[in-house]
Amino acid sequence: MATVVPAPAAPGRRRRSWRKLPVVHQVRQSVGLQRGMLVAGLVLTGVFVFTAVFAPLLAPYEFGQLRDGDGPFGAQQHPSGDHLLGTTVGGYDVLSRVIWGTRTALLVIVIAILLSIVAGVLLGLVSGYFGGWLDRVLVVICDAVYAFPSLLLAIVVAIVISGGQSSLWGGIFAAAISITVVFIPQYFRVVRAETVRIKAEAFVESARVIGAGHRRIMGRHVLRNATRTLPLILTLNASESILTLAGLGFLGFGIQPTAAAEWGYDLNKSLSDVTSGIWWTSVFPGTAIVLTVLGLTLVGESLNDLADPRLRSRRAADDPPPAGAVEPGGALVPSGGYVA
Amino acid sequence: MNTVVEMTDLQVSFATDAGTVAAVQGVSLSVQAGEVLAIVGESGSGKTVTARSILRLLPETARTRGAVLLGTKDGSRTRDVVDLSGAELREVRGEDAAMVFQEPSTSLNPVYPVGWQIAEGLRAHGRLSRKEARAKAIDVLRRVGIPDPETRVDHYPHQFSGGQKQRIVIAQALVLDPGVIIADEPTTALDVTVQAEILDLLRRCRDEFGTAIVLITHNMGIVADLADRVAVMYQGRIVEQADVRTLFASPQDPYTQRLLAAVPRLGTGVERTRERAAAREPGWAEATPVVDARDLRIVYPGRLRRPDFVAVDGVSFAIRPREVLGLVGESGSGKTTIGRAIAGLTKVTDGSLRVLGTEMNGMRERAFRPVRERIGFVFQDPASSFNPLLTIAEAVAEPLVVHGRAKDPQAARPRVDELLEAVQLPRAFGDRFPHELSGGQRQRASLARALALQPELLIADEPTSALDVSVQARVLELFDELQRELGFAALFISHDLAVVDLLADRIAVLYRGKLVEEGTGAEVLGAPQHPYTQRLLASLPVPDPDDQARRRREWERLRAAD
Repeated sequence: MATVVPAPAAPGRRRRSWRKLPVVHQVRQSVGLQRGMLVAGLVLTGVFVFTAVFAPLLAPYEFGQLRDGDGPFGAQQHPSGDHLLGTTVGGYDVLSRVIWGTRTALLVIVIAILLSIVAGVLLGLVSGYFGGWLDRVLVVICDAVYAFPSLLLAIVVAIVISGGQSSLWGGIFAAAISITVVFIPQYFRVVRAETVRIKAEAFVESARVIGAGHRRIMGRHVLRNATRTLPLILTLNASESILTLAGLGFLGFGIQPTAAAEWGYDLNKSLSDVTSGIWWTSVFPGTAIVLTVLGLTLVGESLNDLADPRLRSRRAADDPPPAGAVEPGGALVPSGGYVA
Repeated sequence: MNTVVEMTDLQVSFATDAGTVAAVQGVSLSVQAGEVLAIVGESGSGKTVTARSILRLLPETARTRGAVLLGTKDGSRTRDVVDLSGAELREVRGEDAAMVFQEPSTSLNPVYPVGWQIAEGLRAHGRLSRKEARAKAIDVLRRVGIPDPETRVDHYPHQFSGGQKQRIVIAQALVLDPGVIIADEPTTALDVTVQAEILDLLRRCRDEFGTAIVLITHNMGIVADLADRVAVMYQGRIVEQADVRTLFASPQDPYTQRLLAAVPRLGTGVERTRERAAAREPGWAEATPVVDARDLRIVYPGRLRRPDFVAVDGVSFAIRPREVLGLVGESGSGKTTIGRAIAGLTKVTDGSLRVLGTEMNGMRERAFRPVRERIGFVFQDPASSFNPLLTIAEAVAEPLVVHGRAKDPQAARPRVDELLEAVQLPRAFGDRFPHELSGGQRQRASLARALALQPELLIADEPTSALDVSVQARVLELFDELQRELGFAALFISHDLAVVDLLADRIAVLYRGKLVEEGTGAEVLGAPQHPYTQRLLASLPVPDPDDQARRRREWERLRAAD
């Protein structure tokens, strides 16, 4: 009910407090296990982003470095003082590659999500708003994309785009765009469904009665209301895109070790090590994948639960306030407490 | 006479995102066997929570204190519902107290036959065989007035009309012969004519089954019709409790007095209409109508070999400048469709509809856009007619910006402030978001938005049906004032005859897509010609117990004559 209590006659726009910022607001809102999950997810994701940004400072060596002043590192070396997590079969430093790998992963996530959001949201908005044959064709195409095994689709796209090359940006874009193709239908579907729902709301009709054009209605009234659920899909898709990237790398369609560090590629190369008792080449890149995906998924799931008042847990009600302390706004908005 | 429900100092509070909210504070009530207690109050007053706590049907976030003693019908045992265990609570529910919900179409499970759903309660309290339960279900269906219950018992909910569904829900409540039935707005979702039948059935529940009824409603007419005793709630407390005649004759609490004064009454508009008619300049009747409909037909095409649905069938009417036409009818009568067609939201199928000189049959959006400037529209639900992400000022400025009268919402602000003042909202409200306003405030902002371009025609589609009575009165008053000041013509759509009577110069009654009666308030309400109008008028409960008793006899006579 706090929002109902009037802030008397503030001139101009009211200042938004930092407490209302998206993620901060949710952390403050959550309690108990839900808060634990959200905070754990945020910490894991924070560590991931931090590592990616400061990779050059954190990593002891370059991702493609095979030798230093003392000569070559040597292949499959045990973890030691020089190489905290040992070296791979190719003679790279495992720790450095795990750290540099965050950078590749983050780039791929950001590019993939940006591309798929722009395309998916635009298509979904137009398709849902106008309907008709365009809508039907787009829905069929998206269904077809869904029906395809996503990794197979990503492989095909990767081959088409990179054509066998594997520079840093070429590889990253190949991976990102192939993930994009898989994700566009998801954003398309969500935005389209929301658009169809919002199109029938009275405020859109009221804009039509006023005489607003289609572009104005779509931009000002529909789009901003249709993007409410996007942050949730976004975090979930981010974790999924890491898995797709690792899958591509594991199958050999990723980025070459000299171009960038990539966890899936390292896992692929460590396959034969596993049987010969060399555990450090596979465990660390694998753990990096697990923790990053776990962190992003936890954030996504908790945001999802918190956005839904039926799934959100609350503190138990206190004793009724003493007589006379009735909330004056209480009668104004009957369901105000449940408005997300 | 024994007491079925005895509530002492009941307090209920809810945990919400913004801390604890007290919904009910220190309510004490008692219900005698075989009486109807009405709990009235505006939305948010705690009346539903109070009644639901008799069955402890509250969400998990609720916390209850105090005592709710629920007795069996014969008075042999009394239990405190507040601290019953789950199993004991199940024993009490249905057997000592039952519930009738507001929306009959959602309170029945669509995948089971109604007989099964009625028998479910019997089986849950496990005394009867399948055969006996079925026999009992048929019996109770007959007693609530479902014709041919032997076959109907196997039908599914969608095969019944809304009124019949509510009868079945009542049968479900009655079958275990509980001491008290809690009816939460049992007729709000129904049309007036159906409402009268359900109220009649509830009265028979009391008289024939000897069941006490706790009736939750905001409609003072229903209270006058059915209740023996009334409790008025305001902000979680009971402000007044009295038997029905005393309450209507001499309300004690100021809130009750205000509430009763705000209820629109039939026949109050007649004088006003006469005044307005007298004040018109001579050539008025010959002036070109703002809206002119001739044999208007609107059909919604059927899908997949289903027949088309004819929403409006050969309707002719005219609205002249500065005139308010009230359009009345039950749900599905086509009244909203006509309003939407005038605003260009629904296509005209056949006939002619001229709006401000533009023919709407075969209209093109591009050609109609300039005409839109001259039409205002007020929507039914103030909660959804505002974009939740725009401030009130931005929303009100929208028509000004779209039609190029202002460059952006900031430039339109002086005019917006003027408009907000005209609808009696403080300027500062312009910076608020829609959810920060109450329903009545939002509907006034909606009126401001509709009037922003100084339209010649205003269409108001049930603008007050989502509002509380006390709020409704203020919005109607404001509408009347603005209409007199600005002189726009208006189409006022409503299902409530009393509301239309208050505002309209002429009233048109729609029934199943056809216009059955049209005339001034005095003609239509004073001497209705069409049988439907007569039935509609007789079904409308008036907020006066004695007058209502007389009208009820009239209604029974009309029904017997059918």
